[in-house]
Amino acid sequence: MIDFNLVPLMPEIFLAITAMGLLIVGAFQGNCTLRVISWFGVGALCLALFMLTRIDWHLGAVLNNMFELDTFSAIVKVFIIIGLVASLALSVRYLFDENIVRFEFPILILLAGVGMLLMVSATHFLSLYVALELQSLSLYVLAAFRRTGLRSSEAGVKYFTLGALSSGMLLFGISLIYGAVGGLAFDDVAMVAAAGDVSPLLIVGMVFVISALAFKVSAAPFHMWTPDVYQGAPSAVTAFFAIVPKLAAMALLIKLLMGPFYAMALQWGQVLYALALLSTVVGAFAALVQDNVKRLMAYSSIGNMGYAMIGLVAASPAGVSATLLYLVLYMFMTAGAFAIILSMRRGDLQVLNISDFAGLSQTRPFLAYGFAIILFSMSGIPPMAGFFGKLVVFEAAMEAELYVLGTIGVVSSVIAAFYYLRLIKVMFFDPPEDAINDDTPFARYVVLGVSLAMVTFFIFKPAGLMDLMDSAAQSLFIS
Amino acid sequence: MIIQGLAFLLFSGILSISALLVITARNPVHSVLWLVLAFFNSAGLFVLLGAEFIAFLMVIVYVGAVAVLFLFVVMMLEVDFVSLRQGAMQYVPVGLIVGGVLFAELVFMYGGLEIEAVNQAVTEVQNSQSIGLVLYTDYIFPFQVAGLILFVAMIGAIVLTHRTRPGVRRQNIAEQHNRKPEEAMEIRKVTTGTGA
Repeated sequence: MIDFNLVPLMPEIFLAITAMGLLIVGAFQGNCTLRVISWFGVGALCLALFMLTRIDWHLGAVLNNMFELDTFSAIVKVFIIIGLVASLALSVRYLFDENIVRFEFPILILLAGVGMLLMVSATHFLSLYVALELQSLSLYVLAAFRRTGLRSSEAGVKYFTLGALSSGMLLFGISLIYGAVGGLAFDDVAMVAAAGDVSPLLIVGMVFVISALAFKVSAAPFHMWTPDVYQGAPSAVTAFFAIVPKLAAMALLIKLLMGPFYAMALQWGQVLYALALLSTVVGAFAALVQDNVKRLMAYSSIGNMGYAMIGLVAASPAGVSATLLYLVLYMFMTAGAFAIILSMRRGDLQVLNISDFAGLSQTRPFLAYGFAIILFSMSGIPPMAGFFGKLVVFEAAMEAELYVLGTIGVVSSVIAAFYYLRLIKVMFFDPPEDAINDDTPFARYVVLGVSLAMVTFFIFKPAGLMDLMDSAAQSLFIS
Repeated sequence: MIIQGLAFLLFSGILSISALLVITARNPVHSVLWLVLAFFNSAGLFVLLGAEFIAFLMVIVYVGAVAVLFLFVVMMLEVDFVSLRQGAMQYVPVGLIVGGVLFAELVFMYGGLEIEAVNQAVTEVQNSQSIGLVLYTDYIFPFQVAGLILFVAMIGAIVLTHRTRPGVRRQNIAEQHNRKPEEAMEIRKVTTGTGA
């Protein structure tokens, strides 16, 4: 094999070996090492981030054309690692509060992270599949992490069953593509599709693959599992689910659509159009009647994935850049929102109903004002970052003359603003209930602070992040 | 050639009979044992086709793991098979329809085909060798990631099922070695006729 070069895989290899080492430490020293292992994991992630920025991003595909670190995947990986750091930092105290102190938690998050990092670099359907499975399997275990709880077990079983179904769909699609193309490398598929030789077999295979990935990003109509899993899983796991895997799966979808399937944009454009339309509408309307804030975040994530997909339907560098910017801003906002949601405890219990937020502005003003800023941003009120995310996405849609889709997106975002603003109303204008515990750990304040800084200061220097996304999107379209 | 033909008839005949017995046997343990026999015979058919690697997998995975797992489930879990069996007959028409459709499809597909002898290559084919040649070279990346997946599966199984039970007696070898005769036993003189 001439292209045996492990340098582009350094961050992943480092993280995998660290996870194994930490597992040995945990196995010998017991669950009391959870805190040490978690912070060690955070350190390892920071080191991996450093490695990633020091590697040459133009080494080309390695290991028999299975893995490629290009500008797009490297930039996405930077944000995936940031998201992993945030979700690990949020989870440590929660595990102690909820008495599920098991040292495997940070290790599973690290391994899921390895899966996600490998996933966005895949250039071959085989490596795509194994990386996606590595990620998903870790997520199934995490969803059922509080195994004595009925709801957590239910979430795990539900996620596992439906996830296995989507993996089956993915494999079936891949096998059809193999039948049509005679190869599994992305380049082979792109070559056959670009030659105008688009057989029905290839299109059916592509639709199966897109559906399976739509399941992973929980786009309607493949969203059924999301509210139950979000509600049932322990809150720290829900935070992790909301922050990171969505970004990785969407990046993979972008990579497939703009790479091997690019010549079939006419065909997948319709699929993505339907997914985006349904997700925005379902996300807006179903969330209106929710009482549980975790379910609310689940429907909010469905809607937000819909907005992100609107940029993809445009199938242009501007659209991809808009989608990436939207996803990254959404990631920062979710991290901040979950820093607050995880702090909502009264005595020994978590309080997650919307009515429990009543009068938060008087009992815990910092949390209330922080949450208000994040919610304003999520609903797209102008000075906050969320507005610009929506702006670039809808701008890309208008440029591609997708007037109907853009208009429905704007309308459902206005409807969605209702439930975000309702939370603000509850926090600021309803009479306060019993006090919320004020033992929020420092790490959560740090995550919240970074998220708030991103949301409020993005307007002063939007060019930095937007240029980064532009260069990521451009690198997909050059080749 | 004639030996292979006879072997094919033998394997497929036993396969069909044991498959039938799997679903008709009264005792579930017998069912599983018939299933094992069916797996062995299908492995034999794969050998005749020259696909010895699939035959290995058949024996190792299906007989070695899946069937033994079934056997454990049948023997260890208290499943009431009599009540499970009740009402099973109502599914027979559906089963017959599905089976009939599959059979008709096979007839349509292969009825018009000129069947050629496919087993002449048995001596030259070395498909496990050719898999071995690419598994650690061309496909090293998915192979290693598959290893990581199994690693996660192992951690997951332990996380979700292992619990520390208090009061379980475990052997502590160091403690055993450190015991001295005077702590462990008491020596008494027993006089005849009185007892200890």
